[in-house]
Amino acid sequence: MSEFVLEMRDVCKSFPGVKALDHAQLKLRPGTVHALMGENGAGKSTLMKCMFGIYSMDEGEIYIDGEKTAIHDPLEAWDKGISMVHQELQPIPARTIGENIFLGRYPMKKALGFIPVVDHDKMYEETEKLLKRVRMDFDPRQKLGTLTVSQMQSVEIAKAVAGNCRVLILDEPTSSLTQNEVEALFRIVEDLKKENVAIVYISHKMDEILRISDEVTIMRDGQYIGTWNAKELTTDFIITKMVGRELTNLYPKRENVPGEVVFEVEDFTSINPRSFRNVSFNLRRGEILGVAGLVGAQRTELMEGLFGTRSHTGGTIKYQGKELHIRRPKDAIDQGIAMLTEDRRGSGIMGVLSVADNISIASLNKYVDHGFVLNTKKINDLVEENRKKMNIKTPSGKTLIKSLSGGNQQKVLIGRWLANNPDVLILDEPTRGIDVGAKYEIYCIIADLAKQGKSIIMISSEMGELIGMSDRIMVMCDGRMTGVIDGKDANQENIMALATQFE
Amino acid sequence: MNKNDSFGKKALAYMKANPIVVMLVIVAIIVGITKDNFFSWKNFGNLMSNTAVRFLIALGVSGCLITKGTDLSAGRQVGLAACLSGILIQRGDYASRLTKLPEINMFVVLLIVIVIGAALGFLNGVIITKLKVPPFITTLGTQTIVYGLCLVATDAQPIGGFQKSYIELITGRIGNANGFHLPYLLFVAAVFGLMFWFLYNKMRHGKYMYAIGGNEVAAEVSGVNTTKTLMLIYLRAGVMYAIAGWLLAGKTGGASTSMGMGYELEAIAACTIGGVSTTGGIGTVSGVLVGVLVFELLKIVLQFLGVNPYYNYIVQGIVIVVAVALDVRKYLAKK
Repeated sequence: MSEFVLEMRDVCKSFPGVKALDHAQLKLRPGTVHALMGENGAGKSTLMKCMFGIYSMDEGEIYIDGEKTAIHDPLEAWDKGISMVHQELQPIPARTIGENIFLGRYPMKKALGFIPVVDHDKMYEETEKLLKRVRMDFDPRQKLGTLTVSQMQSVEIAKAVAGNCRVLILDEPTSSLTQNEVEALFRIVEDLKKENVAIVYISHKMDEILRISDEVTIMRDGQYIGTWNAKELTTDFIITKMVGRELTNLYPKRENVPGEVVFEVEDFTSINPRSFRNVSFNLRRGEILGVAGLVGAQRTELMEGLFGTRSHTGGTIKYQGKELHIRRPKDAIDQGIAMLTEDRRGSGIMGVLSVADNISIASLNKYVDHGFVLNTKKINDLVEENRKKMNIKTPSGKTLIKSLSGGNQQKVLIGRWLANNPDVLILDEPTRGIDVGAKYEIYCIIADLAKQGKSIIMISSEMGELIGMSDRIMVMCDGRMTGVIDGKDANQENIMALATQFE
Repeated sequence: MNKNDSFGKKALAYMKANPIVVMLVIVAIIVGITKDNFFSWKNFGNLMSNTAVRFLIALGVSGCLITKGTDLSAGRQVGLAACLSGILIQRGDYASRLTKLPEINMFVVLLIVIVIGAALGFLNGVIITKLKVPPFITTLGTQTIVYGLCLVATDAQPIGGFQKSYIELITGRIGNANGFHLPYLLFVAAVFGLMFWFLYNKMRHGKYMYAIGGNEVAAEVSGVNTTKTLMLIYLRAGVMYAIAGWLLAGKTGGASTSMGMGYELEAIAACTIGGVSTTGGIGTVSGVLVGVLVFELLKIVLQFLGVNPYYNYIVQGIVIVVAVALDVRKYLAKK
C-alpha cells in the first residue's frame, strides 16, 4: 500500500495555443485536506478535470493506492471513489432532495415481479442516512428549491460522498457562503477527514486555507511549484509563490496625461446581496483605471450595473458633476459610455452577420438619409476607416464576423463602440482569448484612446496587463472595493493582498 | 462566393447550397415535358396568383423567424381577415346576407381588416415582449383565440355573394386569360417584395431585426430597442395576414372559417426552404420568394401527376422535414 490514496504525476495538457498543464503533480494522503492554490488560469481546474476524466491527459499518470490507473470519464472516476462538488452547483430545484442525490442512479425494484420501477422508499431511506452524515436534518422529500445555497451545497456534498468516496474535490466551496455557513462546512470537512476521505480544497481565501488544510500545493502557469505542510506557511509566502514570475509581456509606452475627475461612482450597490455593494470610485479624463480581482469578485457585475444591464438598489453615478440615471444600456450609450463585453460570443458579436453590420449596429442613427434610408456608403466608410486604423484583418466588410480570429473580432467590437465617440470606455477583459500579437495591438489602441482624452476602465485578470497598462488599479474582493493602488506602486503582491481581503 | 466569379460558378454554388430547390425544379421540368398543358400561360397565371398570396403571408412571418420567433397565428389570422372581408363585401341584394349594413367599399373593408390585423399582431407583440411568453406559446394561444373570433363573427356559416367589382379586381389580369397574361396579384406581390427588401436592407429597423436574431443580448447592449423592434415585427406580420386574407377571399370568391388553416406552417416551411435559418439572424426576401415558389410549384406538380390530393400532405410534410434537416446540416458541418 502506498501512503497516498491518489497521485497524479507529470500531467501535461495542451489546448490550441496554450499549455494548460506542464508536468503538474498532486499527491493526496487519506484523511487530510489538501489545498490546491494558484492564480486564475494557473491550471487548477484543468488538473481536476483530468483527474475526473472530463479532459484526457496528453502525458502523465494517475495512481490510486500506488497502482497505475486510467480515468476516462466522470462515471469511472465515481466508481473509483473520486467525486467533486463544483463551484457552480447544478441542482434541480423542482425535485426533492432524494431525487437530486440519486439522480441518474435511482435504486430500482420490480413491480408485479417484472416492471422495473424506482424504489422510492429505499431512495428516501438512503437519503436520510446521507443527510445525517453531513449534519443535515431535513425531510428527504422536501423540494431542493426550498433550501438555501449552503444547504444545497451540503446536499451536493452528501451526494458526492454517497457510495465509496475516497477523494472529494471541493472547488471554491465557500465563494457564496456566509461566515456561519462556512463554519458548518468546515465541520462536515472534519467529519469526512475522520472517515479517511482525502479532500482537495480549491480556494483563494488564505485564512481558510491556513486554517483547514494539512498540505498545500501551489501551481503557477500550469506548472507545479511545490507542496508544503500547511503549518509552515504564511500568507505572504503563498502569494509570492503564486505570482512569483517575471513579466515577459511588453506594453506600449503610454503618453496619456490623466486630467480632472469626470466620472464618479458613489456607494453603488447591487439588488443582489451577494453581488457588488457600497462601491465608490472615480475616473479622470484620459486615465486608464485597471480593475483587479479574483474570479467572483463581481467586477463584471459592477460594470454591467453601471452600464444598465444589471439593476442596482443604491448609489449614484455622476458624469462631469451631473448625476446620471441609467436603467438600460441605451441610457448609458446616450450619455457617452461604452462597454466592451468580456463574453464576446455571448453578448458581443452577432456571428451570422457581417463585419459591417456588427461594426455599425450601435451607431446606425448616424448613417441615415432623409430620416429613414441607411447610407451604405457611410457604413462602408466606417468599416474602411476602422480597418485601416486598427489593422483589422478581414477580406471585406461583407465577411461574416464569426470567420475572423478572436483578436480581429475584438477590434470590430472596439470599432463598434468608437463609432459612437464615447467619453468613458469600460473594457472587460479586452485581451481574453486573444493571441500575443493582437494583444499588443489592442494595448496600443487603448493607450492611444487614453492619449486622446478618453477615460478608460479596464477589467483584467492578468496581473501583468493591469500593472503594465493602468494609471491606477482598483482592487475588488467579494463584491467590495478593497483598495486603489497607484499604477507606479502596484505589484502582484499588493494587488493579491487586496484581492484576497475577505470579510 | 467571390464577386468576380462567373455566373455559372455562382449558379453552381447556389445549387449546392439549395439541393431541395434544384430537385423540385428538375421534377417540374420533367413533369412539364411529359404532361400536356403544364407549360401553359393558364398554369403560369395560376402559379403566380397562388404564390402571390402565400408570399405576403411568408413575408409577414419571416420577420418573426429571423428574430428566432415564430407566428402560429398566421393562418387563422388570414382566415379571420378573409371571413370579415367576405361579410363586409357581400352584395347589398344578396339573399343570405350576414349583416344589415349598407354595401361598403372594398377598400374601406381592406382598411378595416388591416386595423384588426395590426391589433392582433400588436397583441402578439405585447405578450411576447412584455409578458415574456415564448413566441411559440403566445401565438399558439392567439391562434386559438383568433379562430374563436372567426367562428363568432361568421356563426360558422360559409360566406358568398361578394360585390362583383371586388372579385373582378382581385382575379383580374393584364392580357388574355388563355394567352400571355400577368395577374394583378403578381404586381401586388412585387410591390410588397420590394417594400420588404427595402425595409430589411436599407432601414435601421431591418438591421435591428437581423441583430436581434443574430444575438439578442448583444443587440440590447448595443442600444437596440429590442422591445420596439419585436413589437413592430409582429404588428407588421398581422397587417400582412390581413391583406392576404382580403385578397384570398376575393381570389376564391367565397370565405369560410376553415380558410387559412395550416397556412402558418406552409409559410414557415417556405421560409425555411428559402434559407431563413431557424437559428436566427439569417433570411432574405428573395429566399422567401424562392421558398414560396417552390412550395406552390410542388403543389401544382403533384396535381399534374394526378397524385391523390390526400397524398399531397404527406409529400409536403416530407419536403418540410428534409429542407430543415438540410438547413441544420449546413451549421453542423461548420462546428
